[in-house]
Amino acid sequence: MSPTLAGILFIGSLLLALAVCFKPLGDYMYRVYSGTRHSAVERGIYRLLGVDPDGEQRWGVYARGVLAFSVLSVLFLYALQRLQDHLVLSLGMKAVEPSSAWNTAVSFVTNTNWQSYSGESTMGHVVQTAGLAVQNFVSAATGMAVAVALVRGFARSKTDTLGNFWVDLVRGTIRILLPIAFVAALALVAGGAIQTFAGHGTWTTLTGGEQTFTPAAAASQEAIKNLGTNGGGIFNANSAHPFENPTAWTNWLTIFLLLVIASCLPRTFGRMVGDNRQGHAVVAVMATIFAASVALTHWAERSAGGTVPQAIGAAMEGRETRFGVSDSAMFASATTLTSTGAVDSFHDSYTALGGGMLIFNMLLGEVAPGGTGAGLYGMLVLAVVTVFVAGLMVGRTPEYLGKKIGAREIKLASLYLLVTPALVLAGTAVAMATATGRAAMLNGGAHGLSEILYAYTSASNNNGSAFAGVSVNTPFHNTTLGLCMAFGRFLPIVLVLALAGSLARQAPVPASAGTLPTHRPQFVGMVVGVTIILVALTFLPALALGPLAEGLL
Amino acid sequence: MATHVLESPNQAPAPKKDSRMGGGLLDPKQMIRSLPDALRKLDPRIMWRNPVMFIVEIGAVFTTALAILDPSWFAWAIVAWLWLTVVFANLAEAVAEGRGKAQAATLRAARRDTTARRLKARDPGQWDVVAAPELKQGDVVVVEAGEIIPGDGDVIEGIASVDESAITGESAPVIRESGGDRSAVTGGTKVLSDRIVVRITQQPGQSFVDRMIALVEGSNRQKTPNEIALNILLAALTVVFLVATATMQPLAIYSKSVNPGVPDSLALNADGVTGIVLVSLIVCLIPTTIGALLSAIGIAGMDRLVQRNVLAMSGRAVEAAGDVSTLLLDKTGTITLGNRQAAEFVPVAGVTERELAEAAQLSSLADETPEGRSIVVFAKERHGLREREIHGAAWVPFTARTRMSGVNLDGREVRKGAATAVMKWVRDAGGHPTDDIGHLVDGISASGGTPLVVAEKGRVLGVIHLKDVVKEGMRERFDEMRRMGIRTVMITGDNPLTARAIADEAGVDDFLAEATPEDKLALIRKEQEGGRLVAMTGDGTNDAPALAQSDVGVAMNTGTSAAKEAGNMVDLDSNPTKLIEIVEIGKQLLITRGALTTFSIANDVAKYFAIIPAMFAALYPGLDALNVMRLASPQSAILAAVIFNALVIIALIPLALRGVRYRPSSASKLLSRNLYVYGLGGIVVPFIGIKLIDLLLQLLPGMS
Repeated sequence: MSPTLAGILFIGSLLLALAVCFKPLGDYMYRVYSGTRHSAVERGIYRLLGVDPDGEQRWGVYARGVLAFSVLSVLFLYALQRLQDHLVLSLGMKAVEPSSAWNTAVSFVTNTNWQSYSGESTMGHVVQTAGLAVQNFVSAATGMAVAVALVRGFARSKTDTLGNFWVDLVRGTIRILLPIAFVAALALVAGGAIQTFAGHGTWTTLTGGEQTFTPAAAASQEAIKNLGTNGGGIFNANSAHPFENPTAWTNWLTIFLLLVIASCLPRTFGRMVGDNRQGHAVVAVMATIFAASVALTHWAERSAGGTVPQAIGAAMEGRETRFGVSDSAMFASATTLTSTGAVDSFHDSYTALGGGMLIFNMLLGEVAPGGTGAGLYGMLVLAVVTVFVAGLMVGRTPEYLGKKIGAREIKLASLYLLVTPALVLAGTAVAMATATGRAAMLNGGAHGLSEILYAYTSASNNNGSAFAGVSVNTPFHNTTLGLCMAFGRFLPIVLVLALAGSLARQAPVPASAGTLPTHRPQFVGMVVGVTIILVALTFLPALALGPLAEGLL
Repeated sequence: MATHVLESPNQAPAPKKDSRMGGGLLDPKQMIRSLPDALRKLDPRIMWRNPVMFIVEIGAVFTTALAILDPSWFAWAIVAWLWLTVVFANLAEAVAEGRGKAQAATLRAARRDTTARRLKARDPGQWDVVAAPELKQGDVVVVEAGEIIPGDGDVIEGIASVDESAITGESAPVIRESGGDRSAVTGGTKVLSDRIVVRITQQPGQSFVDRMIALVEGSNRQKTPNEIALNILLAALTVVFLVATATMQPLAIYSKSVNPGVPDSLALNADGVTGIVLVSLIVCLIPTTIGALLSAIGIAGMDRLVQRNVLAMSGRAVEAAGDVSTLLLDKTGTITLGNRQAAEFVPVAGVTERELAEAAQLSSLADETPEGRSIVVFAKERHGLREREIHGAAWVPFTARTRMSGVNLDGREVRKGAATAVMKWVRDAGGHPTDDIGHLVDGISASGGTPLVVAEKGRVLGVIHLKDVVKEGMRERFDEMRRMGIRTVMITGDNPLTARAIADEAGVDDFLAEATPEDKLALIRKEQEGGRLVAMTGDGTNDAPALAQSDVGVAMNTGTSAAKEAGNMVDLDSNPTKLIEIVEIGKQLLITRGALTTFSIANDVAKYFAIIPAMFAALYPGLDALNVMRLASPQSAILAAVIFNALVIIALIPLALRGVRYRPSSASKLLSRNLYVYGLGGIVVPFIGIKLIDLLLQLLPGMS
């Protein structure tokens, strides 16, 4: 089988599997978030939290819930790391240094999972499982809750409530993430991933040397790491590590996991707004951008020039031989188009244009299909802006799903689209303008600039993958990247919830022949166009001095 | 050319199908005349209200300072074109405003120098003379033939013919009388005959003419909700591009420092991108095209209404017109011609149609009612019966008591009228009409018509079918509305049977029969409850609540002042069919806004392809691959982009004033067309334009 055919089969089977899941999983999630019954376990949790699960919340209360929960989570994670040397099962690891602990705490709570540390030499079992793994679940569930709240804003009318954050959080975790992650973990164990709480061990390598290694509960972590589009690996090598991602088919499964929830949420959206075609349109926008991005990245990687790649027949530097160029590129595209940030290859080794595509994927705001929940709400905000710009051309003031997009709505949507670019560009500019920032660069020239751009893009968009080539574990980068992650996550969330609140209050405008149809290919094309043009226009100067300068020869 | 509505005769009342949304085209003279205004608007205190263009002005000031400190051919060329960009934007607004100025001047003339005879008590003999602007609400004035009515009010005594051409442009005088729906008079109009006593209903300085002047001048123009929202988006885009260019600087400085072999250029040196080029990039990227034309589009939209003799009291109403999804149309005058007309002669058994026609004609020869005239006309058209000169006939006029009319001629007595009245007359004369006639009468009533029974002494001849005649082309108009997603509801005082028949014939979607003002109001509330926007016309005082409740309420100028006060538009022609045109103008306004926004954003793509290689290709030669237009030099590329950016504003002023072409069709079709023209066109046109400008520029010295 030629590499091209293998690549096509790999991608084709992935897309097929996602298509098969679209309806059942989307419908299941619809029932999860729309149901009125609480299980015994859930009722217990609500009692413990002291919340009334049937109490509806206004957007402000909902947002305060998200923020309070996240702040407490950050404090808890920070404390856990700082006190690691006093904990059991710490494997003798020292307390984590303050700036790194802050960075890691924010990183895992914001679903970014940027890691400025090396997992196996920094974190013990308790921090990994009670701290980081728990956040892998709840940060993903938080994203889904916010997305569902926004969809309720479209679906409801003349109300000021959006549901109950605690219920959405608990249900997302218990009814969606836990069961899927459990099955996936078993599959990964079957594929050869390790799952143990044993301490340090020493092994003899093939060459006869001795290697000390700390095994871990890798399979369970791996499952939720991808399912929740988190991406924080238990080992430093992340999904390239053979104990996390042992074979080509676990690689397939991993990519499937990181795409599946975000790809199926549009179905949930369609069900909730009572028009499945709207969900299909949203997923079509995601699929179009996804397909174009994957194709371009493959093209860039497979046509890699250079002496060494041509001598060995492929650009294999930084790739695992068990994955090869094609599957690695697929993983890289998927991880940057979602907010996962797990890696099974070294992105810094990608061709300039291939690496540029990965940056571009994240700059799109990770909407194709995006992070769990975050992808859907990001895409819906883009749809709102598209409707506003192009919708006027049908001769009516803009409306989407029967809701008018007026001054308040467009203000919130515009601010949403402003936040991330401002963070990415300001972060990159500050890093490049200060001697401290530049001191961390290991490479110069356009490539060095790309590395810094990648770091701030990844943090601000809550991706978490790294180009590497930058010594980011410094107080400067730990602090600035931490701020980018926190603002990049919570400002958009507050804006989205405010938008949801504003939409929910409106009375719906009935659709007529004069209404802009938002389920046709025409609209899909428009959203794709607006998304790409807005991003390209915003970031072209930065991209020109980084990946484009390096790649266009 | 400004259209002088006030001097032009009444425009065609019935809207024609496919009539293109016209509007004055741009005239270079108008531009030159507006130039002083455009320059006056450079005042930062005025400019800051338009954030996008304010940024351009700041950039122009900044580059002027830079050019003074470090003069070069290129720098001054950029400075000049940046200033021109701002001036062009102001020119667009000034031209749009200028079109209303001439109208305002005429109106002012009507208002000036009027004095009023204010009655001291209800004694017509005692008055004092005061200047018109001093009149207060509640004052009572007397106006006689030849005098100008000093303010808006209601006639409380007398009847007069009034020349309202100063307001409506219609030269034929109208009758104004106390009581009823024709009591409202407008300040500035002239009494031609008789004498009326008027109670002033306006506050000083807030007369209809005052408001008209303010409207056509656009002096107190408020931004409409959609305009505000669009401004927010434009401001956000501006901020994004400011951030993008500002943060580019450290990256450029770094890139320059790691390539020490590259010499400084006019675009890039050790301090990063030069100020002139940075400002050029910002100006090219921020949405200047739509930012420059946005307010002109709004003013021109109001102006297009004024040209059709419609005054919108707020821009909000024009915008709402585009969103209207339910049209309430009065049957009489809007859908039908307003009078019943003979449509058929139905004889009873034993009588020929011609016989009936002859009798019907005879009975109607002296009948001057529209119905009577129509019977004579119909008899002539259908049966070739010419009008006759008849001598010695005794005409029997219609009275409310007899409910019939007719003629006695040479011993022959013919009557036509309401079925019960005529039947009684026949029976009284000893006749025995058959059941036959009852069926005919019921049949005509059931079809929505009005039956008039015709009889001779003692014998019923047949029935005349009188019918409401639907105006020509209405069905097509309503089909068009349906395609646009607008529901039409006919309002009538007729019984449901008649209403249904007319509704079916005219092709409206729904009807409200035996409508009372309360029913109308309830219907509007019900539609609005479901999220629909409702438009209606009205003229009577009892229409006022419904006019106030509707989203677009068009009051007829002939109507009462209560109606005019309640509506948010006034139609000076008092033509209810115009509601359809108003909706189209509203839609056209929104489409123009959306089209130019899309065009403006799409334009940026080409500008990047011009400026990015111009800035950085010296540093990274590979970036020259982005110079797809193969522009001659960095200078000419940047200057060409700036020039294009300025010229496109001028080029689009006519479009902004005229509005984009609008043909009623479904949303989907409209969108496809506009996306191709303004989206795709917006991407392609600047590539061609910049290239052409560059071809010219490279001939200039200092450009290579």
